[in-house]
Amino acid sequence: MNADYTAEELAFQIEVKEFLETEFPAELRDKVDANIRLSKDDIIRWQKILYKKGWAATNWPVEYGGTGWTHTQKHIFATEMGLIGAPEPVAFGMKMVAPVIMAYGSDEQKQRFLPDILQSNVWWCQGYSEANAGSDLASLKTSAVRDGDEYVVNGSKTWNTYAQYADWIFCLVRTDTTVKKQEGISFILIDMKSPGITLRPIVLLDGHPEVNEVFFDDVRVPANNLIGEENKGWTYAKMLLTHERTNIAGVPRGKRRLRALKQIAMDTDDGHGNTMMDDAVFKNKLAALEIELLALEYSELRTLAALSVGKAPGPESSILKIVGTELAQEMDELFVELAAYHCLPFVPEQFEEGFQGEPLGPGTAAASALTYFNNRKLSIFGGSNEIQRNIISKAVLGL
Amino acid sequence: MDFSYTEEQKMLQDSVQKFVQKSYGFDTRNKIIASDSGYSEENWQLFADLGWLTVPFNEADGGFGGSVVDLTVMMEEFGKAILVEPFTPTAVLCGGLIGELADTAQKAELIPQIMEGKLQLACAYAETNSRYNLANVKTTATAEGDSVTITGTKINVLNGDNAQILLVVARESGADTDREGISIYLVDANAKGVAIQSYANVDGKRAAKITFDKVVVATTARLGNAGGALPALEMVIDRATVGVSAEAVGALEALLQKTVEYSKVRKQFGSAIGTFQALQHRMADMFIECQLARSIVVMAAMKLDSDEDDIEKMKAVSAAKSRVGKAIRNVGQDAIQIHGGIGMTEELDVGHLFKRVTALDVMFGNTDYHTARFASL
Repeated sequence: MNADYTAEELAFQIEVKEFLETEFPAELRDKVDANIRLSKDDIIRWQKILYKKGWAATNWPVEYGGTGWTHTQKHIFATEMGLIGAPEPVAFGMKMVAPVIMAYGSDEQKQRFLPDILQSNVWWCQGYSEANAGSDLASLKTSAVRDGDEYVVNGSKTWNTYAQYADWIFCLVRTDTTVKKQEGISFILIDMKSPGITLRPIVLLDGHPEVNEVFFDDVRVPANNLIGEENKGWTYAKMLLTHERTNIAGVPRGKRRLRALKQIAMDTDDGHGNTMMDDAVFKNKLAALEIELLALEYSELRTLAALSVGKAPGPESSILKIVGTELAQEMDELFVELAAYHCLPFVPEQFEEGFQGEPLGPGTAAASALTYFNNRKLSIFGGSNEIQRNIISKAVLGL
Repeated sequence: MDFSYTEEQKMLQDSVQKFVQKSYGFDTRNKIIASDSGYSEENWQLFADLGWLTVPFNEADGGFGGSVVDLTVMMEEFGKAILVEPFTPTAVLCGGLIGELADTAQKAELIPQIMEGKLQLACAYAETNSRYNLANVKTTATAEGDSVTITGTKINVLNGDNAQILLVVARESGADTDREGISIYLVDANAKGVAIQSYANVDGKRAAKITFDKVVVATTARLGNAGGALPALEMVIDRATVGVSAEAVGALEALLQKTVEYSKVRKQFGSAIGTFQALQHRMADMFIECQLARSIVVMAAMKLDSDEDDIEKMKAVSAAKSRVGKAIRNVGQDAIQIHGGIGMTEELDVGHLFKRVTALDVMFGNTDYHTARFASL
């Protein structure tokens, strides 16, 4: 039993480190360290650098331009990226719609969509949730009615992350209202420039419009944008949910944030002439988080080792999702606790690019509450943590 | 990266599993606990015949190799069966200390006897006010010529009433919590001045409070150098800590499995209680806790078997015990809660598993102690 990398894996790790050290742009790194939000251009710039290196699509097979990496290579790459704070490619194109197109799309669709995803020419967003279809996603109502060579789409989607940047949206739509709810759903790709689409930005608790509502008003969509067969969309969407999701536990990011917590604790006065690192209660909380992160890391490594010998991905991803997100949220709490009064100013613009004013608070303290608020999403999205517990109780415990 | 067991480890696991399935049912266990010695000598001889008692010893000492991963393979199965035989005190603690500290003659005399199942030992380290601080030793060892006089009181001496020889941690010099000045002596359990008050612990294992009133031993009964025993004691207790953590993982998985099974057959309001989401989510959390506990014990066992430095090893041990302690509370309490009244009784194994893990939580330091130790390293 060992958790060691092979010689080849160690060499690969060095290659990744060196690449990131030289190619992850210093401006982006500075922004990440200062908690400044990366712009759309920043993200695309970085993804194109990855594409040039041939490392944009780590989860794609080689035939589509992916890396064809082993599970361990993917893990190494995600770890090194996370440790320096380099963002992973936006998931909606690369990790969500692309695998569905590869598995169920026509050859024409593969040629039409995959290269632009690979090269980051097109930004995708996800059209799943609706106002009344959250965890009970299958009760969605946005309809697509066939009319000759087109579908006419009506309804609305919500919580569409970065839909304001998106060129395309992949949607689950209702194509049959007369059958069991899961059996009347189709998977369709829609050009965001289509007439009849309007956006309403939704400002979240951190003051940023990260998500949107997308309205469809008699939007005409070519029928050849349908993926696979009509009314099979639920099956395709489910494939996405069980599809291997690398780095779902967020261990590297957790390590990076833990490092930051320790540094901030050492730099923060406890108000009595010592630092917060001398505060026994805080120190033990921090230690407990570090221990939890270790338990999570080794759970992820055990999963990875099982995948590497060909075992199918199981409900482990539910464990990693629950523990990883709840741990990240506990870290958010500690950042807020360290910041004390400095977390209170609500000046989100000071963490946007080009802010000219006098920043409030030491370091990123004034971002701590904003991040705390924003990260409540972690246990809600991607199948809420309660849904994950349902999955464990059904799939693992047989309840 | 490989988290699978070797063929040898699989055989070891298989061997323990077969034994507990065949010969360690709940009723049998109750009879063993009710017996005078509180463990089965027949089982102990079988453990020796199967080679299990060689596992904690190095090959140089004639053992199986002393790997901590090997130890966890066995301990996990012992935990599932709520085994009461004194494997930890005799083989892991005392065997470990003898392996680390004893001279050639002492090893030659003691280790074969331990491995053959002929010798029961107990390690008397904890004291009334020491809590988990191994350096807090008030029991004194006063040397005079060729003999040493030991005086003091030890608590929670596991296997204390069955041991033929006691390994007594005593202070030769220094203040009560000094790291220097601590020695370990081999003391005949029948020696003059040794008073043993024996009892069963909450988890069915035998233990004793032992008073040493001017007990005289020869200086040759000392393990290792005078006053220098603490590092070895800490190292052996750390190994045992990972051992009991693995024992807890086995017991916790048994609790989870029994709770899930029970929830599928117990009906209320016309339905199996396992169909209620409030309980499903508790059980999903129990499963997660078991997985995290297993992961961190695997981590610690691998670290102890590696050539990492001592600080990293100690951190790994504390991380494991801290996290396992948390899982013990969460899984143990929920198992009782979901069983309801029947989980409260002595009639069902679930309550006994709960009592076992509660004892393991305390052994060698609880969550708070190990979290603080982790933070201090």
